[in-house]
Amino acid sequence: MAAISLRPAGFDDLGLRRALSDRMLPLLVAAMAFLAAMALAGWIGAASLASQWRDGAGAALTVQVPRPHAPASQPGTSRLVSVMALLSGTPGVASVRALPEDELADLLRPWLGSGAERLSVPLPAVVAVRLTGRLDIPPLAQRLQAISPGTLLEDHGVWLRRLSALAWSLQACSGLALVLVATVAAAVIAVATRAGLSARREAIEIVHGLGATDGYIAGRFARRATMLAAVGGLVGAILAMPVLLALAQLAAPFSGAPAEPDTVAEMFGLLPPGLWLVLPGLPMTAAGIGFVTAHGTVRRWLRRLP
Amino acid sequence: MIRFEAVGLHYGRSRAAEPGAEVLRDLSFSIPQGEFRWLLGPSGAGKTSLLRLMYLAIRPTRGRLTVLGTEIQAARRRDLPPLRRRIGVVFQDFRLLPHLSAMDNVALPLRLAGRPEGQIQADVKEMLRWVGLSKKVTARPTELSGGEQQRVAIARAVITRPQLLLADEPTGNLDDEQAERLMQLFHEMNRLGSTVIVATHNDALVARHPAKSIRLSAGRVVNPPAPGRD
Repeated sequence: MAAISLRPAGFDDLGLRRALSDRMLPLLVAAMAFLAAMALAGWIGAASLASQWRDGAGAALTVQVPRPHAPASQPGTSRLVSVMALLSGTPGVASVRALPEDELADLLRPWLGSGAERLSVPLPAVVAVRLTGRLDIPPLAQRLQAISPGTLLEDHGVWLRRLSALAWSLQACSGLALVLVATVAAAVIAVATRAGLSARREAIEIVHGLGATDGYIAGRFARRATMLAAVGGLVGAILAMPVLLALAQLAAPFSGAPAEPDTVAEMFGLLPPGLWLVLPGLPMTAAGIGFVTAHGTVRRWLRRLP
Repeated sequence: MIRFEAVGLHYGRSRAAEPGAEVLRDLSFSIPQGEFRWLLGPSGAGKTSLLRLMYLAIRPTRGRLTVLGTEIQAARRRDLPPLRRRIGVVFQDFRLLPHLSAMDNVALPLRLAGRPEGQIQADVKEMLRWVGLSKKVTARPTELSGGEQQRVAIARAVITRPQLLLADEPTGNLDDEQAERLMQLFHEMNRLGSTVIVATHNDALVARHPAKSIRLSAGRVVNPPAPGRD
């Protein structure tokens, strides 16, 4: 008798290559993976923006000094000079800069029009303060009041809290979307597995009768579902890339990146580093969902056999 | 050893269906290891149901059944697959996997038992040669005649040299010569220590191979072997 390979590669004793189709399941999982990539991008993008807002607004103070050229409580200096000296000498302050009059006029122009600089109303001096870390605001405000009565200190806390709440809400929505997508993917795989079980009921009963364990039969289904889900996850992740790059390009001005990158490397650099870490995980996660769902579905189904 | 003690069986135990009438009633007999038994009786007497109990496709609804030393009611589900691998079955309807070749069908029990592929190949080739299918190893069941499918099913049942060999009308699709050859195989398996139970309507075959028998009628054993004899 001629030598014949008994067990060709991918030996398929339950006929799952036809029962678990390699078309519909990967297509549906690819759609889920695409949506998951969008949700992940939303999560990471929101976290990145929140971090930038914290670094920007949270690391700055604005000080308004009324009647800046009036003498300070300390004789021989103006209020503005005293305030700036006090701020410069405060631990935790990185830099102190009094806004020049034309910059102040630019800030007021949207509200007061082009004649802002000719107003007879006395304007306070505005001092922009950059911080290196956290600063205890109330004692500093008291010291500023002492040398320059009426000086106001704005730490942007209200804005920061609102921005943080917005970022948290975006992240929560993205997380919820991820959970929903994973649940739908598991449901799709469970339905496909059940269809496969119905199509191969007789073969399963034969193999079961020959002494196959539940683990053996479930493993056959799980192996097939894992492979199909991984392919779907990979396709979905690849399809998501151009969309994510386009979104990153739109969001670039908000993160200080160039809106129109010159090179491919710059273009890929627009995506947050965290996204580069989680995107390759999508096919693996899809495969994991495929394995666990198929295994569980088949084991539950097999309980009806003696 | 197979032991039936007041065993009863009825189908339709699902929630949707009311329990039907008992198809097997008050079965009490035992068959020691290494015996040969004919299982006789008219159609509908319960022969196939009795075989299904013995190859663990169903559990009895009452009484106590012991197969190869394991009490089936008390056995956990996970204890049954290793027990099934010690039982060979020739089904009336062959029950071959249609998408596998004759070779892969016969090799399946060995693979499930975890036998190395190298050993499997030699054993399966030899078995297919013995049943006269050495030229049909790559053929799928749909490409085989009824008799050839029957022989593949027989090869699959005996390839693991089971301790219990059950056959349901195994000669139904075989000519006289092949049927005799099959009986020689069963006797050889029996001589090597297997318990062999063959359900048949073929009175001529039974006459040519006299042995103890279990005769069923309307779900009851009508000639239980005397306890002292076994």
